[in-house]
Amino acid sequence: MTTPAPTRATPNRPESTDLDAAERATTLAACARLKDAPGALLPILHAIQDALSYVPGAAVPLIAQELNLSRAEVHGVLSFYHYFRTEKPGRRVLRICRAEACQSVGAAALEQHAKRRLGVDYHGTTADGAITLEAVYCLGNCALGPSVMIDDTIEGRVDAQRFDEIVARARSAR
Amino acid sequence: MSAASIVYVPADASAVAVGADAVAAAIHAEAARRGASVRIVRNGSRGLLWLEPLVEADTPAGRIAYGPVAPGDVPGLFDAGFLGGGTHRSCLGPTAQIAYLKNQERLTFARVGLTDPLDLEAYRAHGGFRGLDAALDLKPGEIVERVTASGLRGRGGAAFPAGIKWKTALDAAADRKYVVCNADEGDSGTFSDRMLMEGDPYALIEGMTIAGLATGATQGYIYLRFEYPHARRALERAIETAREHGYLGERLRGTDRRFDLEVRIGAGAYICGEETSLLESLEGKRGQVRFKPPLPAIRGLFGKPTVINNVITLASVPIILDRGAEYYRDFGLGRSRGTLPIQLTGNIRHGGLVEKAFGSTLRELLYDFGGGSRSGRPIRAVQVGGPLGAYLPESQFDTPIDYEAFAAIGGMLGHGGIVVFDDTVDMAAQARYAMEFCAIESCGKCTPCRIGSTRGVEVIDRLRAGEEPAKQEALLRDLCDTMIDGSLCALGGLTPYPVRSALNHFPEDFRKPAAARSRG
Repeated sequence: MTTPAPTRATPNRPESTDLDAAERATTLAACARLKDAPGALLPILHAIQDALSYVPGAAVPLIAQELNLSRAEVHGVLSFYHYFRTEKPGRRVLRICRAEACQSVGAAALEQHAKRRLGVDYHGTTADGAITLEAVYCLGNCALGPSVMIDDTIEGRVDAQRFDEIVARARSAR
Repeated sequence: MSAASIVYVPADASAVAVGADAVAAAIHAEAARRGASVRIVRNGSRGLLWLEPLVEADTPAGRIAYGPVAPGDVPGLFDAGFLGGGTHRSCLGPTAQIAYLKNQERLTFARVGLTDPLDLEAYRAHGGFRGLDAALDLKPGEIVERVTASGLRGRGGAAFPAGIKWKTALDAAADRKYVVCNADEGDSGTFSDRMLMEGDPYALIEGMTIAGLATGATQGYIYLRFEYPHARRALERAIETAREHGYLGERLRGTDRRFDLEVRIGAGAYICGEETSLLESLEGKRGQVRFKPPLPAIRGLFGKPTVINNVITLASVPIILDRGAEYYRDFGLGRSRGTLPIQLTGNIRHGGLVEKAFGSTLRELLYDFGGGSRSGRPIRAVQVGGPLGAYLPESQFDTPIDYEAFAAIGGMLGHGGIVVFDDTVDMAAQARYAMEFCAIESCGKCTPCRIGSTRGVEVIDRLRAGEEPAKQEALLRDLCDTMIDGSLCALGGLTPYPVRSALNHFPEDFRKPAAARSRG
């Protein structure tokens, strides 16, 4: 579920009114646990994404307040890194390696097959909410490509047929 | 009841990616069904990746290898008596006698694949922590001298002498210093860092601890990419175990020295493999490149002197301290001393990890070890050194694995990854991808990289479409020069290498067929 960013009458107030209770609690807990570590922002963003599967955009002011950073700094970091997402993904995130070693054994064809089969482009989520498709640049499985990563499981030598099996398994695994 | 038979099934991510977990489960279930007493050890990978899942049985005659093994093969393996080394169609004979492994010179990877990577006693039994014990008896300057004398150069790609970097950090006075391990192995065609971290994590811990002793640093960070969840688990558990046994923390091995370690996870930014971007990221910022100077060894993480080295560089230090600088330096040639773990990847029949002294040729690696292409078609091009490395044609396959020899042909050895392409490759598409990748991963700090990469994609598109090709090619070459000369770091500065090499060696791919051109 995504909600359009509301226009704020009081842009400097750190209130995060559009965070729901769980998002707010998760954000505050991550900040409380990690904010004294040196260079805490990335570990905090990871902790939030690990718990929620995304970092709500509306958490930015709250994180900024907790870490004594500007909202621009937090937003800058959150938007810089490809891994962090601000919207809830499908139940599973499927990443296809687009890098050269996988290209040399048919990654481009696999990409096309995946997009057609799932009916989405990169960053898209299937209509049933099961799978979000992402690109990834190397999974370190370069001798046994093409490779994909589904959540944190890596699969090698993935052709169209194996891709379909992986998708079917991912869908049936609730 | 007799002692349990020991069976090794790798837990390495690549082995698991082709079914090693299912094979281990099948062996477990089949042993239970037959009432056989079997202990399954999840070892690191031997690096013979095309044979994964590679199962080994520990027999009186040594370890016997079987591979690739599918779960369905397991009952047949039991029938064949594989626990005692019995004959089976997947039997490869004694593991140590397999030519691919036997013909390597494994120093850094000597232990990988032998044991359960988290078994501290096994690590010690195979020579682990001897380098650290040696370092604890030396003064910091003496450790640095040994690393310098070994000739070890940075294995991440830049090949800067490790000892000089350490000396700079040692000489920098500060209240706090850091050791940072660059484990952001983002180059396509490389996985040696991953294999080492999963297969011998204590070696990295030991190397980093020695770096701490050598420079006076007391805190280390391993900056690991999120794409490596197996390595993360291995490192975190290994750090915990090392700490429990006095190999990390306060009072190292009962001395008054201290060093501790933490794993930090990246977030999918290739640029964070560049050392100054990595430091920014560790500080919790956008991974944007810093200007140098100051060097990180003088003002690095949080403004303090910082040794930042790649995984393989740091994991090669223990053997140098243990066996001596001369021992390590005696491998290799010219200014490339020691060994390099080479990764044979992409369209290659026998893909895997080959650690060799510097000096073998690309051709030996591609054909003698690699066995040619996986597809069976002729090899047309190889890319060495990751996405910023040049594409090399067959005429350059006799180049020896040596930093200077590669520089001389406009290439680079980088982190030792070799990606193989057969004759179906479209080199213009590869050149375009190089620019596209740079555009996706540019940190945005400098203009030649941020804008140049996007313009590069456009120019290559026009060139491929046959729009005034001579003009486009001149423009593309000019753009490459600008990026090389004007970029702040290696991303923008080296992206032109794959582009130019593709253009130089495979110009025909940039010219569309006449029929298509006349339509366009």
